[in-house]
Amino acid sequence: MATIPANTRLASERAAAGRLRLVIKAVREAPQAAVVILGGLMLVAIFADLIAPHDPTLPVQGAKVFDPPFWMEGGRAMTLLGTDFQGRDILSRLIHGARVSLIVGLMGTLVAGSIGTAMGILAGYVGGWVDQIIMRVTDAWLALPAIVFAIFLAAMVGPSMWNIIVILGAVYWTRYARVIRGEVLTLREREFVKLAEIAGASKLRVIKRHILPNVMNTATVLASLTVGVVIIAEASLSFLGVGVPPPQPAWGLMLSEARSTLMAGQWWLTVFPGLCILLVVLATQLFGDWLRVRLDPQLRNL
Amino acid sequence: MLEFVVRRVLYSIVTLFILSATIFLVVRFTGDPVALMAEASARPEDLDRIRQQWGLDRSWPVQYLTFMQNAFKGELGKSFNYRLPVSELYFQRLPNSLTLGLVATLISLLIGVPAGIISAVKVNSWWDNVAKGVALLGLSIPGFWLGLVLILVFSVWLRWLPTSGAGDWRHVVMPALALGWYFAASMLRLTRSSMLEVLGSEYIKLARLKGLPDVVVIAMHAFKNALIPVFTLAGVNMVVMVNAAVIIEVIFAWPGIGRLLYEGIFQRDFPLVQGVVIMAGFMIVAINLVVDILYAFIDPRIRLTR
Repeated sequence: MATIPANTRLASERAAAGRLRLVIKAVREAPQAAVVILGGLMLVAIFADLIAPHDPTLPVQGAKVFDPPFWMEGGRAMTLLGTDFQGRDILSRLIHGARVSLIVGLMGTLVAGSIGTAMGILAGYVGGWVDQIIMRVTDAWLALPAIVFAIFLAAMVGPSMWNIIVILGAVYWTRYARVIRGEVLTLREREFVKLAEIAGASKLRVIKRHILPNVMNTATVLASLTVGVVIIAEASLSFLGVGVPPPQPAWGLMLSEARSTLMAGQWWLTVFPGLCILLVVLATQLFGDWLRVRLDPQLRNL
Repeated sequence: MLEFVVRRVLYSIVTLFILSATIFLVVRFTGDPVALMAEASARPEDLDRIRQQWGLDRSWPVQYLTFMQNAFKGELGKSFNYRLPVSELYFQRLPNSLTLGLVATLISLLIGVPAGIISAVKVNSWWDNVAKGVALLGLSIPGFWLGLVLILVFSVWLRWLPTSGAGDWRHVVMPALALGWYFAASMLRLTRSSMLEVLGSEYIKLARLKGLPDVVVIAMHAFKNALIPVFTLAGVNMVVMVNAAVIIEVIFAWPGIGRLLYEGIFQRDFPLVQGVVIMAGFMIVAINLVVDILYAFIDPRIRLTR
């Protein structure tokens, strides 16, 4: 008898070690560039206060406005990538901007994914008029170009980071709902769901134990591909002045502030924030593509 | 077939109804347009007068019904700011957006289709990898940033093209490229997968077995069939581009409907914003309906499955 607990502990330890090995294996198989960029950016975003050399919202003491990057004439090592129209350090603003972009990208995707997955399961599993209502709303909301819908909502609700997260969630959930519903429609006909229903499991239990775990892969793949889209959408809204309000350092906002002096040739104000957006979105796309092939072969042609 | 068409039309009407109700409710839930229109020193009587003038004192269902009634007659209300009918402002600007959308569609086809064909024909080659890279960049480079960089290179440094406004062809090149870039990537992906599918089909194998040269097989047999979905998507994309070019139009000061929407938002011109957004939904619902019916007409299987 005494050996049994010892065995079970061993088994659980083995399982934990196995899981850890799986995680490590997954990270090593993932596209290196994407993992490095995303991982590095997350660290930068988390430790922005420690890494950033200057306060992103205040002019740098001793620097002028529109200082160029350090390698150009007139540039200085104090402000590596130059300063903007208020004499604020570009590098520090980029570092803090990573935080805004990642928070909005991840949270916006989480909101969209949660609403969309819930609605998709509800429509697909419950069916009937619930399905009709959800799908007609989905059709209607999908008819508007996402960016027009987002601009419209943002203009009506007013600018703030948390509003933008909710707005982008409200705009992008429809894409999830449609895909997840399709998935649930086929799951509903599968034997293990039928058997659970015959065994007397409640609808809620069937959804929790059998439906949800089986759509999680699809939801994860969709999420990984949505993050980049949401980050670009946030930058677009901020650029138009209906996103993250100044003086917060958002990349889209930096591009918008750079626009008025673009003709004067102060290229660093425009080029650096755009490159940051490009890098993050590229990394999420690479990661998403890899995840798609790995988790769900059926989605390869999506 | 008739039943299919009737059902699709009914669905489209329901879609438009939900869409217009959503927009109508969002506008009214998120604040009092009158308070924003009037000056800060306005007395309550003045506010009431404006409210009455614009019909905002009536109950929401009544306002919505009037709105829908007018919409069916082609009237989208009157702009607060311009004091002109929204439809008049809209149709003044629409031709510019159509031009931009058309040129952007051509650019996306010119980039996407040849690259897609090459990458499908020479699958897994060096070419294919380049094309995949282009497709990835198409999705990752924000169109509006591309627009800014184009201005920097071609207007500020090289001084070849004008930065903004509308006029001759030189004004449309940069905004169309910035707008079409993203869609070029989706054209490329679709052309590639569609070509691959056709190239693997039985009739292409037969053509090859007959001993036809590769060029003939690809140009005469595969190309034609593979491009049906590509041109369909190009049509849908064009309608989307006409309506979704807000930022590009703002950056290049292009006098289209996207800029009209932007102006409406900053002047808190609710009827204008409402009208432009609803028209966007209307156009896209209409193009989707047309595509669905055309496809059902071409392919009987679609009629049966839905």
